[in-house]
Amino acid sequence: MKKVLIPLSVVPILLLLAYGFWTDPRFVPSPLIEKPAPLFALSLFDGEPLSLDGLRGKVVVVNFWASWCFPACYEEAPVLEGAWRTYKDRDVVVVGVNVQDTEKAAREFMERFQFTFPNGPDPGGKISIDYGVYGIPETFVLDKEGRIAHKHVGAVTADVLSAQIEGLLRRAPVADDNRQEHERGA
Amino acid sequence: MGRRGRELDCNGSIRTHRGSRLILALVVLSMVVVLPLGASSTEEQVRQLAAELRCPVCQGLSVADSPSKMANQMRDLIRERLEAGESPEAVKAYFVERYGEWILLAPKKEGFNLLVWVFPFLGLAGGAVVLFVVIRRWQKRPQAAPASVDSAYLEKVRREMAQDQS
Repeated sequence: MKKVLIPLSVVPILLLLAYGFWTDPRFVPSPLIEKPAPLFALSLFDGEPLSLDGLRGKVVVVNFWASWCFPACYEEAPVLEGAWRTYKDRDVVVVGVNVQDTEKAAREFMERFQFTFPNGPDPGGKISIDYGVYGIPETFVLDKEGRIAHKHVGAVTADVLSAQIEGLLRRAPVADDNRQEHERGA
Repeated sequence: MGRRGRELDCNGSIRTHRGSRLILALVVLSMVVVLPLGASSTEEQVRQLAAELRCPVCQGLSVADSPSKMANQMRDLIRERLEAGESPEAVKAYFVERYGEWILLAPKKEGFNLLVWVFPFLGLAGGAVVLFVVIRRWQKRPQAAPASVDSAYLEKVRREMAQDQS
């Protein structure tokens, strides 16, 4: 009995360790998924203002980046610019939020990757904290109703981004459902 | 001379005694008066809140302890919100809403999390039971008989000791 019990008592500890080592401590589930995206206003590097509220009805990709974030931000920069060029005529907007950076370094980065999508700084880190950002880069894909549909941590790939955007473009707008319900009720 | 010195010593020690008592009284008074005042100041509230929040870009550091820019920005945000009249609980709730419970260094004492608070005590109680049972078993075991010593050998040791002493 004793000879079996003592080795057996190790099993729960091993299971706990196995669970601990298999989970990624850097992965933090966002509580914001399927919730309304926090609104923000940017004063873009080109001098124009941009308000998220004004982008209702479009699929919005919000990307948090920094020039010091190497290599992840350098890997995904062409992907973001590519997605913008592919989808900008189909009610999709890519917005870059530049975090904890200097204006000079940010402008150099944008020039290097020939960014044409709207980009602006996040003074005081208010927007990043509002979005629960815990690492750079992070990318949020917002549906047409302004809800956060997907969050990607780390360099976003073209496959992930286009799959997310295509999926949201296909999805029937919820506003129509509401109207139907309203009509049914009336 | 010696006498005067002793008197001086005496006076001196009395004076220091009185002095230390005064200092002690002042320290106690300042703790009583200043601590609550300090706790209600915004800066102290910011520090207390920041100590409860996990710095998102660090490994196991609180926002209060981290020198990172992110932690700095979070402290500024906490201060700003408190100064705008938000309660510390509301500020904490804001961070939980954005980052999830992960942002709290100590898990909330509810639901599954309670295990974390209960387990150490269960373990302690279990250990005490095991210890009790083991000790009882040892006590029940018959006392080991004293080791038998060869009387000739014992005699030899005694003789040698006597020789050493002389």
